[in-house]
Amino acid sequence: MAFFSYLISGLSLGAIYAIIALGYTMVYGIAKMLNFAHGDVIMVGGYIAFTCSISLGVNPYIATIISALGCMVLGVLVERIAYRPLRGAQSLSVLITAIGVSYFLQNVALLIFGANTKSFTSIINMPPLKLFNGELTITAEAIVTIIVCLVVMALLTLFVNKTRLGWAMMAVSEDKGAATLMGINSNATIGLTFAIGSFLAGIAGVLLCSSYPTLTPTTGAMPGIKAFVAAVLGGIGSIPGACIGGFLLGILENLSKAYISSQLSDAIVFSVLIIVLLIRPTGLMGKKQIEKV
Amino acid sequence: MKKILSFFVGISLIVSLAACGGAGNTQTASSNSSSGAASGTSTYKIGGIGPITGGAAIYGQAVQRGIQIAVDEINANGGINGSKIEFRFEDDEHDAEKAVNAYNVLKGWGMQILIGTVTSSPCIQVAAETSADNLFQITPSGSAVECVENDTVFRVCFSDPDQGAASAKYINDKKLATKVGVIYDSSDVYSTGVREKFAEEAKKCDFEIVETTEFTADTKTDFTTQLQKLKSAGAELVFMPFYYSEAAIVLTQANTMDYKPIFFGVDGLDGILTVENFDIKLAEDVMLLTPFIADSDDQLTKNFVNTYKRLYKEVPNQFAADAYDAAYIVKAALEDAGANPNMSYSELCDVLKESMLNIKVNGLTGENMTWNESGEPNKDPKAVIIKNGAYVGA
Repeated sequence: MAFFSYLISGLSLGAIYAIIALGYTMVYGIAKMLNFAHGDVIMVGGYIAFTCSISLGVNPYIATIISALGCMVLGVLVERIAYRPLRGAQSLSVLITAIGVSYFLQNVALLIFGANTKSFTSIINMPPLKLFNGELTITAEAIVTIIVCLVVMALLTLFVNKTRLGWAMMAVSEDKGAATLMGINSNATIGLTFAIGSFLAGIAGVLLCSSYPTLTPTTGAMPGIKAFVAAVLGGIGSIPGACIGGFLLGILENLSKAYISSQLSDAIVFSVLIIVLLIRPTGLMGKKQIEKV
Repeated sequence: MKKILSFFVGISLIVSLAACGGAGNTQTASSNSSSGAASGTSTYKIGGIGPITGGAAIYGQAVQRGIQIAVDEINANGGINGSKIEFRFEDDEHDAEKAVNAYNVLKGWGMQILIGTVTSSPCIQVAAETSADNLFQITPSGSAVECVENDTVFRVCFSDPDQGAASAKYINDKKLATKVGVIYDSSDVYSTGVREKFAEEAKKCDFEIVETTEFTADTKTDFTTQLQKLKSAGAELVFMPFYYSEAAIVLTQANTMDYKPIFFGVDGLDGILTVENFDIKLAEDVMLLTPFIADSDDQLTKNFVNTYKRLYKEVPNQFAADAYDAAYIVKAALEDAGANPNMSYSELCDVLKESMLNIKVNGLTGENMTWNESGEPNKDPKAVIIKNGAYVGA
């Protein structure tokens, strides 16, 4: 029974990684850049929700929506101010800028909220599910997180494949120059991608803080890196890949914590990443791309 | 091109001038302090270092306030043999490198005695500096063994191993449980130190350690797997030798998992009731080993707690008490040595080292505290239990 319990907490952790990884993967797929500030947008989401629901007493569900919208605005602003002027620049410059934005957000949070740990009250106010005479307890957070993750993935896939805006995204991702010639506003499309990714980051922030009830200015950093690993593991640029990568990573992390060593769990997780990339450099679901010279 | 060149020349001139000025300043500062030693300033300069921002801020703030209260009292009551104390506190954010910077700032200010640092790893780093400089240091709460390895450093609190051993003995004597689980931070010297000695002492006890799980600084937000392991192993008591911010998460997650063992901690747990937005009901019945109980009846504690509450609007924790004691210990040692504020820090250190072995101090954290050459205090531990959101003697 303990095994199932580890598995479920792994799934729930993985679902959070997956939602964050979706943000990474979409931005990479379309703008071809690694947005390392994504993890910190999650942290900002956590703080917005904390301020709304705990300090101002807003209903937690409304606080979640405010937080997601706040993150969306933040993401679009960051894209507009920091990344768009660098659209033609080398990818390294954009990467460094993203790291700069990440530190900027962390330090602004440090200034506003201080470094003291805040204890986050879970927004999901439901009793845990008990199975097999209480031997297996599944927290409501785990169930909600997993469901939200699957719903988000399904909606995103539908959006990208069935709507005109989604087609525009795919076109920009395929070839930005050609897409622009076909009349697609590529800047607006990239902005939209950031908006969606950051909206998800806000939701991920609330879910992350609900499951692991602590909030500091560096809360987003480690999950951000792990989610990036998940995105690469699943094949960066692929939406189902991000989900599979996230779930795999979460389960792997928890099972190695439980059965091998709780100290080495991170080492094991990252070794798996290296092995997968050695065998499949494009990740599990990644498309092989032929480089045109 | 010419303009740019002249601009750079100008900049470099300014920089070099500033450098001269800086060097000049330090010279005058040092000559001041040496002339001070000859002709006489009448105050002791006591410095303090600790985290007043960051994850361990609650300890640093408590220590700063504890020392301040003691210093104000001493000054109001005529000082140390007539000499007043000047006190200055610097932040280290619980970071070893920043602690050394803070130490250098204080030395530039003219510090003669250091009360600090507050947390273990910065303390070890600063202790190396004070012993190289021969500057007397007393740490209120640096509990790692290595903190007092040098003969210039003494401490007020118990060492980590002592806390571990005392916890095991306490659990055994009170028969709190037969199956004990341990969860600790393997990346932290404080946590591992307590854990090791606890495990060693547990071998001699009637209870059995059924499961030991660990976490690291990078994985300190999710404890569900560790808690599940402890639950499956049937641990009735969970020993958690780490700081309160992680403990708050452990308690929250254990509650959602419906796992309700006795939680038993050491002094790092002190402060759990002040975590912002933490549901203090979850900390009900948590036990911790600490030398200071705020609700005890003796006059000294009552006075201190009342003053602290009046000034800072909260109940002082053990760290504040340790710090308050540290200031009085320094006073006792200075009086015993017959020192005066005109002595250099190195001369003070030599006499204080001797006096520490002679003095016997009645403080908030122990009666008749004495010290030996190792720098360790000799006093009895007490256990407290959290009831209705307050610490109560167990």
